[in-house]
Amino acid sequence: MKQILILSGKGGTGKTTVAASFIRLAKAKVFADCDVDAPNLHLLFPQKEEPQKNLFFGLPKAKIDTTLCTSCDLCRQHCRFSAISKDGNGYHVDPFACEGCAVCGALCPVGAVSFEEAPGGDLFLYCGEGVTFSTATLRMGSGASGKLVSEVKQQIKEASKKAALVIVDGSPGIGCPVIASLSGADLVLIVAEPSLSGISDMERIIKTAGIFGTKIAVCVNKYDTHMENTEHIKRLCEGLQIPFAGVIPYDPEVLRAVNEGRTIVEKDCPAGRAVLEIFEKTIPLVLGECVV
Amino acid sequence: MKIALPVDEKSGNSTVCMSFGRTPYFMIYDTETKESIFLDNSAAASQGGAGIKAAEALIHEGMEVLLTPRCGENAAVVIKAAKIPMYRTKGDSIQENIDAFLKGTLPALEEIHPGLHDHGGK
Amino acid sequence: MAENRKKIAVLSGKGGTGKTLVSVNLAATAGNSTYIDCDVEEPNGHLFFKPEICREYSVTVPIPVVDQESCDGCRICSDFCRFNALAYVKDKLLVFEEVCHSCGGCVLLCPQKALKEKEKPVGTVKEGFSGSVLVRSGILNVGEASGVPVIQRLLELPELEESRDGPIFIDCPPGSACIVMESIKDADFCLLVAEPTMFGVHNLNMVWELVRVFKKPFGVVLNKCMRQEQNPAETFCLEKKIPVLGRIPFDPEWGRLNAEGRIVAREKEECQRLFASLLETLMREGETV
Repeated sequence: MKQILILSGKGGTGKTTVAASFIRLAKAKVFADCDVDAPNLHLLFPQKEEPQKNLFFGLPKAKIDTTLCTSCDLCRQHCRFSAISKDGNGYHVDPFACEGCAVCGALCPVGAVSFEEAPGGDLFLYCGEGVTFSTATLRMGSGASGKLVSEVKQQIKEASKKAALVIVDGSPGIGCPVIASLSGADLVLIVAEPSLSGISDMERIIKTAGIFGTKIAVCVNKYDTHMENTEHIKRLCEGLQIPFAGVIPYDPEVLRAVNEGRTIVEKDCPAGRAVLEIFEKTIPLVLGECVV
Repeated sequence: MKIALPVDEKSGNSTVCMSFGRTPYFMIYDTETKESIFLDNSAAASQGGAGIKAAEALIHEGMEVLLTPRCGENAAVVIKAAKIPMYRTKGDSIQENIDAFLKGTLPALEEIHPGLHDHGGK
Repeated sequence: MAENRKKIAVLSGKGGTGKTLVSVNLAATAGNSTYIDCDVEEPNGHLFFKPEICREYSVTVPIPVVDQESCDGCRICSDFCRFNALAYVKDKLLVFEEVCHSCGGCVLLCPQKALKEKEKPVGTVKEGFSGSVLVRSGILNVGEASGVPVIQRLLELPELEESRDGPIFIDCPPGSACIVMESIKDADFCLLVAEPTMFGVHNLNMVWELVRVFKKPFGVVLNKCMRQEQNPAETFCLEKKIPVLGRIPFDPEWGRLNAEGRIVAREKEECQRLFASLLETLMREGETV
């Protein structure tokens, strides 16, 4: 089993477009969407059967029983997250701000603080027609996105053992959710954008992935919107000895494909052909044992 | 000597788990009594610092050697502070790895990976 | 920040929709404004403004430090810590800084008073000028978990000059999680940027929910609009009765300039007019629709 993770650093570079195409081309039986903040993969791979649903819980959040509270104010004074406030009805905890540290509970002299599990997200596991697809959405106010990403990956663990290739659509950014998506990946394909912002973000994501020693490959999307920047990215990769997997031209068909609910490789167009070439270049990097 | 391994199920026939901090169970094999005990890894459910908590719990249980495929940097700090040696497992057979360790053919675990900071990062 | 200045937060459910394009060009068009880049994981605004930095601040969080001599190994701190940031091993208390959430609990609870706090840098905030625009950027150090402390610092900085009276544009991080909430907390108005794709609508929906929960007045600006193409985002706004305050066309030339880190409104008259019009609409928009 080999796992390919698609990352981009910056959002909107075409990560999901590429990931979805890879899933289609590889006829992947196991795949996951780790962008729990704004999952999109399920829109391209609608499943007939209902998924298994599981609630994801972050740390339990504080709750104040106003009938026991003596208004000593110790909780509010020591809350580092400004989650406790007082109004005409007494003391309240803002569940969006509460981080579940439990300092208030430890300080309360009358035991007025209790902790309730708060659902932080919803996990979905689709297991129909021989396909295992794991995805999740983070609920508003929840901070534990890294842990939720780990859960999304955990859901495909069993099925992954029997699959040849697993494709994971990663999270944008460089923080915890990305670090959590990196675990277990055999190859990271970075989809970069040839803009100043895109290059800056690509460098940060290469640094993050590099810490893990995971194999990296880079491709450039919408390369013809800026040829010089594309060349700059190619040179950067050469310098870092990172395989350059190819380029994808800007193509209005990409937008149309998304709106039709299809992956770009299902359309006969420049972008579709380019993604196919990138796929053909990337697969040997992860499946070929002799690749150094 | 008490040898600890992260395992997927509570059975000697099970497989070595890929993760240390988030393994569902640990097995501690006693070379003198030739008996094994299985522990639930309560740290697996932690948002973050799972490896730290797991390491602390194993030390408390009397682990003297750890066999694992990988180890995060935070857990490694705890284990090294306790002066417990770590060896890198090969393949996922529990028995094969214990035998290899006893024969002295398992390599020491050199690469420590950065923490998988799954801890409520916003 | 001066209370009478209008604070406009620019957000979208997803990255790459044009938040930075919109907030940077609005701030440039307004002049005498303040631009604050709250996307501390991947800040980009400074690449466009290239401000002359005049002030820099380190953002720190408190982390416990142990006096091993006073520590008697009672483990009250490590048992209490919800984040597993403390471990007592071989007569030593170990502190794991990256998982610590700086709640201060261990310091408060230690019976021997063996724990104190030190400040750990997690990021930086920089301030500078680009023409008449005051540019503030925050950056989170690679490896740090939460951008919230950096965003808080960004938004709490006292005003450099009392005379500045233009609007304040807050370029928010993508998504709808905690860092976004932190960024829009004190905004007077939220401008949602939407892309004309099925994905765009799905993500717009998420951020629309967020602004309603926070009871913020809001409106949408449609980006990357193509003529004669169906725009699912516009359809969505129509159905949900969300005010559309502006439409930015998909223009390859503008895209190219943007890719080079240039502020299109400062170089293309048509773009300047579009943003001036959008700005005027925004300054008028006040109450919840």
